[in-house]
Amino acid sequence: MATFGNLSDRLAETFKNLRTKGKLSAADVDGTVREIRRALLDADVALDVVKQFTSHVRERALGDEVNKALNPAQQVVQIVNEELVSILGGQQRRLQFAKNPPTVIMLAGLQGAGKTTLAGKLAKWLVKEGHTPMLVASDLQRPNAVNQLQVVGGQAGVPVYAPEPGNGVGDPVKVAKDGVAQAQRAQHDVVIIDTAGRLGVDAEMMKQAANIRKATNPDEVLFVIDAMIGQDAVTTAKAFQDGVDFTGVVLSKLDGDARGGAALSVASVTGRPIIFASTGEGLDDFEPFHPDRMASRILDLGDILTLIEQAQQAFDEEEAMKVAEKLATEQFTLEDFLAQMQQLRGAGSIKKMLGMLPGAGGMKQQLENFDEREIVRTEAIIQSMTPAERKNTKLLNGSRRLRIAKGAGMTVTDVNQLVQRFEQAAKMMKTVARGGMPQIPGMGPIPGGGGHGGGKRASAKGKKKASGSRSGNPAKRAAENQALTEGRPVAGASAAAGAGFGLGAKGGSATPSAEDLAKVQKLLGR
Amino acid sequence: MAERASWSLGAALRGVFGAKTIDEDTWDDLEAALIRADFGPAVTEEIVDAIKAQVERYKTTDPKDVQRMLREIVEERLAKYDPTLKLTERPAVVLVVGVNGVGKTTTIGKFARFLRTYDRSVVVGAADTFRAAAVEQLATWAGRAGVEIVRPEREGQDPASVAFQTVDRAKREGIEIVIIDTAGRLHTKGGLMDELGKIRRVVEKQAPVSEVLLVLDATTGQNGLAQAEAFIEHGGVTGLVLTKLDGSAKGGFVLAVQEKTGLPIKLIGQGEGINDLTGFTPHVFAQKLVG
Repeated sequence: MATFGNLSDRLAETFKNLRTKGKLSAADVDGTVREIRRALLDADVALDVVKQFTSHVRERALGDEVNKALNPAQQVVQIVNEELVSILGGQQRRLQFAKNPPTVIMLAGLQGAGKTTLAGKLAKWLVKEGHTPMLVASDLQRPNAVNQLQVVGGQAGVPVYAPEPGNGVGDPVKVAKDGVAQAQRAQHDVVIIDTAGRLGVDAEMMKQAANIRKATNPDEVLFVIDAMIGQDAVTTAKAFQDGVDFTGVVLSKLDGDARGGAALSVASVTGRPIIFASTGEGLDDFEPFHPDRMASRILDLGDILTLIEQAQQAFDEEEAMKVAEKLATEQFTLEDFLAQMQQLRGAGSIKKMLGMLPGAGGMKQQLENFDEREIVRTEAIIQSMTPAERKNTKLLNGSRRLRIAKGAGMTVTDVNQLVQRFEQAAKMMKTVARGGMPQIPGMGPIPGGGGHGGGKRASAKGKKKASGSRSGNPAKRAAENQALTEGRPVAGASAAAGAGFGLGAKGGSATPSAEDLAKVQKLLGR
Repeated sequence: MAERASWSLGAALRGVFGAKTIDEDTWDDLEAALIRADFGPAVTEEIVDAIKAQVERYKTTDPKDVQRMLREIVEERLAKYDPTLKLTERPAVVLVVGVNGVGKTTTIGKFARFLRTYDRSVVVGAADTFRAAAVEQLATWAGRAGVEIVRPEREGQDPASVAFQTVDRAKREGIEIVIIDTAGRLHTKGGLMDELGKIRRVVEKQAPVSEVLLVLDATTGQNGLAQAEAFIEHGGVTGLVLTKLDGSAKGGFVLAVQEKTGLPIKLIGQGEGINDLTGFTPHVFAQKLVG
């Protein structure tokens, strides 16, 4: 619900005063937990699950496990995320196929959950995986469900066994049984049985489903549930578990904007894994379920968590301390810069990292325009320098610069720009470092090329502006139609805004990290 | 869940209202019951606070009073809007919209029957040309309800043209009420939502659209509001239909939807039978919900 803002914002509010504290107090945790509770309820997670969940989180947050790499706010977020993922099923589960074909898969769920469409999707997916599925039309209840399955089967290129016309005529149990026999005869290795939608409270229909199950002895019973379902998810899931006992869950209509808290409820209450997610109306909009992505979706934290993790991995603390020290003692050299850049690259594609940020949508175009090779070029220039040159840029005279340019396959202008930006950045960082930088372990080094510590804050703020100038840039650049020059003119233009930026732009690496930092910083309530 | 549970908060609230006195548990239980009924955290908080204030004011300690207050508050909030269907135009055109799988086609079947019992002539237009076999499904319902149907001339025809033809036919043959089925669409799909706007515009060239009914599934959670907002923006919704109230879901989110959007609930569907559709009456609804 947009009216309440998203959880990130609300958490930021809660954490505003937490910045200086090292450890969370009980009151802090309570405030946070309240927000999380509300967010989960807004996401339609069932109340009981929420209660259990929040008490767990509270316990852990107050416990002794303190991760030095994260600040308190991040710690809570991380705990929440870990808990979410563990409930959703730590790892993906795959379909279980029978040792002796055919494998029988039965679909069950409420009306309108999307069973028939899913049957088609599943069939198509199985064909792609090299199976020869057959569909069985056991939904004889809903008007023309049989027809629909035939059409869907046709689209998927899969035969449909439909001996009865449906619309209330025929015995679904018999159809299912005959269908399996038919599949055996025709040597289909997978049979998908589409059943009628039924309410959990409809005892008669539940019995029918149970009878179908008994008659066909399916290897998998998939419970199809609408991602938009509310608190009733629990009642329904329980009713289906008691009535039919499903082996796995399929989450449908995930292409909407529902948070899908139901996934959490169902997984938590029934202990059954979610196997597939259905994400659109086309028969190909179907994919195995990713618990971790769902966790972030429910809490609306984007993939900021992934970023936290990646940042943690990419920057080990020692390295960070070294850099900090160097900054303070004015020894920040091109070598350090290079090392940082390479570290960042280890974190994965920068485009990808940027794309993961919540709210990164608006920056899409800039993202598209961002040239990752820019980093490689910068690297090439630095690597074409001698160690002495890297340590002391003052050595770089005209002939050395020419040599470097040749070695890197760039022009002298490129080299000049890099050196100039580096010097400005180093100067700025020095100032910042002297001014004392707030120690945020793990995060400190992230801005790497960009500002450091306190500077980071400035640069994070300035970043906004800078990114504005960057956004203007692509237009300019488009006009010039020179993809290659993009990074450079940008950097040049923004040099005034802070060399950190220029550096960032060229080291591209720095920019995104700073950007994500800004986000993380927001969480921190900076 | 073995037997058909009644659609009511009654069971959940029995503990609350059956207690001897009002204490902290009362509020916790009440809050839990409302949240379980999908009222959502915000509305729940408002309702609980309002009741707390009343209890304070009247200095009552009898949980029975809480029950009465809850019923009154729910009813009062539901009754703020007028649930009457406006079908005075001739022909009166009704567009039925909603996300996938909420029961649009079924609702149309029941609605057509509902109108037939008042002796109105009805034609339904199968403008859901997207979903497999949707036209046949509607045709089956039309047959059951005993009303005319206009089918698309070919597969994948533009839904707006089917709608146009349906209204056209109603005008030619003097049919009083036109109900147009549309394909289910997720409210987040811009292109499909624009298509809805087009259907509306095309129909309006022939006759004013009397009602645009948004069908909401009672099992829907807090996403219902997002759905309503998107459909209002693109389809000019005039009323809500709440379906699948025969299940265990309470559909509490409609209260938030009605208040946030100002759209009245006009019809409620409570089963798979053709007669299981009724008009919406706030006090009956509140009475049944609270018990």
